[in-house]
Amino acid sequence: MASVTFKDATRIYPGSDHPAVDGLNLEIGDGEFMVLVGPSGCGKSTSLRMLAGLEEVNSGRVMIGERDVTDLPPKDRDIAMVFQNYALYPHMTVADNMGFALKMQNVPKAERQARVLEAAKLLGLEDFLARKPKALSGGQRQRVAMGRAIVRQPQVFLMDEPLSNLDAKLRVATRTQIAALQKRLGVTTVYVTHDQVEAMTMGHRVAVMKDGLLQQVDSPLALYDKPANLFVAGFIGSPAMNLLPGKVTDGGVQIGDFVVPVERQVLAKAPAEDTLTIGIRPESFELGETGVGVDVSLVEELGSDTYLYGTLSGLSDEERFNAQQIVARISTRHSSTPSGQVRLTANPQSVHVFSNSTHERIACAWRHRPVHFARTRSGAACGGPRPFRIDSFESQRSIASTTTVVAAERHFRRSTRRYERRRRPVGARAEPGTTATVSRPPSAPSRPLAWAGVGE
Amino acid sequence: MSGVPRFISATPDSRLIPLPWGTPLAEWPVDLLVALPRGLSRHVVRFIKVGDDVYAAKEVIDHLARHEYRLLHDLMRLGTPSVEPIGIITERGDCGGVPLDPILITRHLQFSLPYRALFAPGVRPETVSRLLDAMVVLLARLHLIGFQWGDVSLSNILFRRDADTFAAYLVDAETGGLHPKLSDGQRRQDLEIARTNLFGDFLDLRAGGLLQEDLDPLQLVDLVQSRYHELWQELTGAEEFSGDQMGRIENRVRRLNALGFDVAELDIRTAADASTVRIQPMVVDAGHHSRRLMRLTGLDTEENQARRLLNDLDTYRWRTGQQHVDEAAVAHDWMTHVFQPVMDLVPADLRAKREPAQIFHEVLDYRWYAAERQSRDVPITEAAQGYVQDVLRCLPDEELNTESLLPVESRQLVNPYDPSQGYVEPGQEPPQDPWEDGVDQVAAPSPFLDIDALRARAAATAE
Repeated sequence: MASVTFKDATRIYPGSDHPAVDGLNLEIGDGEFMVLVGPSGCGKSTSLRMLAGLEEVNSGRVMIGERDVTDLPPKDRDIAMVFQNYALYPHMTVADNMGFALKMQNVPKAERQARVLEAAKLLGLEDFLARKPKALSGGQRQRVAMGRAIVRQPQVFLMDEPLSNLDAKLRVATRTQIAALQKRLGVTTVYVTHDQVEAMTMGHRVAVMKDGLLQQVDSPLALYDKPANLFVAGFIGSPAMNLLPGKVTDGGVQIGDFVVPVERQVLAKAPAEDTLTIGIRPESFELGETGVGVDVSLVEELGSDTYLYGTLSGLSDEERFNAQQIVARISTRHSSTPSGQVRLTANPQSVHVFSNSTHERIACAWRHRPVHFARTRSGAACGGPRPFRIDSFESQRSIASTTTVVAAERHFRRSTRRYERRRRPVGARAEPGTTATVSRPPSAPSRPLAWAGVGE
Repeated sequence: MSGVPRFISATPDSRLIPLPWGTPLAEWPVDLLVALPRGLSRHVVRFIKVGDDVYAAKEVIDHLARHEYRLLHDLMRLGTPSVEPIGIITERGDCGGVPLDPILITRHLQFSLPYRALFAPGVRPETVSRLLDAMVVLLARLHLIGFQWGDVSLSNILFRRDADTFAAYLVDAETGGLHPKLSDGQRRQDLEIARTNLFGDFLDLRAGGLLQEDLDPLQLVDLVQSRYHELWQELTGAEEFSGDQMGRIENRVRRLNALGFDVAELDIRTAADASTVRIQPMVVDAGHHSRRLMRLTGLDTEENQARRLLNDLDTYRWRTGQQHVDEAAVAHDWMTHVFQPVMDLVPADLRAKREPAQIFHEVLDYRWYAAERQSRDVPITEAAQGYVQDVLRCLPDEELNTESLLPVESRQLVNPYDPSQGYVEPGQEPPQDPWEDGVDQVAAPSPFLDIDALRARAAATAE
């Protein structure tokens, strides 16, 4: 077992003007399951081949444990590469199917048998060893394929999209088995996939790559909750995060006819930008009376959830054709299926704000957690499960879930009042007993700002 | 929506439409199938007969079916030896509405030879050597156009006769990818995969009694690897020589032509004082001879068959004193007076035994031996008649070759339509496998990331 380190590792293909992998710095701990993920051409497979010794490293180093393996041939690196192939040979026994690669490495017969037996015990295949593979199920065949890698007893497993040709059911089952086996064996594993769901469900940590550059390396949940930039935000998560660019206004970012409230301190971090991108996960949305207006084009019931697909309201037919799709995951507890135009709200702490110039994530729209911030259904970033009811929001209560927020409401009221005071001409005061209103752009709805229970 | 199949095809065949797409391929009625030899496959693969045509059908998950269909089209467009994609049938569902995986249809490669028969006991060492060469040439040709195969194995290759040698065809592009140019690492990865897979393939043939005994699997895979490196060096390697050896430029081009490659771009650099020259082929295209023959005669042949036919054409030109006549005119004359008369002598019932170009090549061989024996010139038509009587009549049909399906040492395949299952053996009940319990009850997973489950798992781990 060993750690793996890429130090400024760069690979430039001959004839290419930009690196396939550009100064990769990545430390993979001893026994860690690291997944490299990204779209085609992002450099993940090149990185794996650099580690395997198949691809030349133009600059930088690759280490396995304390050993600098940058210039070592593949056979001296003590690694086992696992490919998509798992052809089972019909004339050979399961034992021979598992151990044949050891024969190629001239491992003595007695040791081969011992290693195969050990792997078979681990995989529950002991009783099958003397049999031919013809009657094996898909899952059993996968286990034999895993056995082929295990018998090699390497310091590091390198897996290159090993599941991409399996059907969905078998892929999910095998994912779980590989992850469990890796945990049990404790062998450092570098796993390459283009499938972010696979990456998120298997890896201890996930390294997201794009155009040869490492975008972010973190635990799956950290990637999900705090994506470093627009690319990671859009790539990780399925359905993807809704990324809605909008004009910066006083107090927020305008999306369609609605101003998404963004804390002043957050806006202040991108002072020179006229537009910012708001990022909201589908499950962070709630149905509301105010919020981002969306014309629903498709409603999909999936288990206990309903997925709404639509586009921003108020678009012309032509604009709608090219418009970005908005996806919301709504609990099916609602009595009626939403259709037509809906308003979607979200907990401000689950709303991400991204710079359009650097593409970096700036912060959550609302950074400070109020004392009684209610839990969103994703549980992200928010506190206790105590449900709240807001008596003043009769209409909203019937539509939105009971996870609306009282404290956030107070917080927002305070900031609204402050905002109002600043706008009010000197000397003007609100009459006692009336509600102050916030001025908005002409197209904004007549109701005051309401954003996940943050209301009048 | 499922249950109403959708056909995607660039070359539609309406006879495919009424086939039972609502039935899983493994359960298709046998009267629609043909038992032909083929390699091992992870997926359900069957040969289906539609009129006089035979197609290979593979049931495979959606994105792979589309990926492979498009890739095979690209390979065809680039003139790479690979099977022809016919179409994909998607959105299948059975009568209960259960969705079925799409089916990819490719045309069965006529006159292809099953690898399981080619390495069999009794095979001559030079035949093995030629088979390995054919494989190496295929791999190098794929690498030259930027194709990384990802699953090089005997099961994914078909062989066809090519004069005295063989031509290899790619039959499975599922794991492949087409790139502008392959890096050395991508090629090495393919070679690494080839080494492991071919070693397993040869061991399996040996375990099945299908490999000549004195052939050592390890030596065979080492040979594939070393020959690939030699060929790649010849095709792409730089060569440096002194400025007074300019003839070496032409020699290099000739050597590449002899290997069946055209040089489309040669990089030549000379030192400032012209003392040394460095040359490196930048773009080489396979099919030097077959392209020339196609241009002159319209005959579509393998490379070595083309070489042989062109030699005969050149001899004909010289013998008939037409050295100064336009080459295309001589080719037309040769087709009318030599090639076609030979083909006309082959009875219709024997035409399924060999391709026309292969028959012509074998007639030329027959004539040479007859001339040696009889110490006289043997006219081509006389040689053709002798060949048909003495040789062709005794050969097995190769258009649809079923040779390897014959019982080996009285063993029978478990399923003649699926050689991947091996031979029938005395039956035992399969052992109990607790890992398989409840597998059938598992529901199909959601296509979306279950973030709630991920959070729950992370929380449980943290505790």
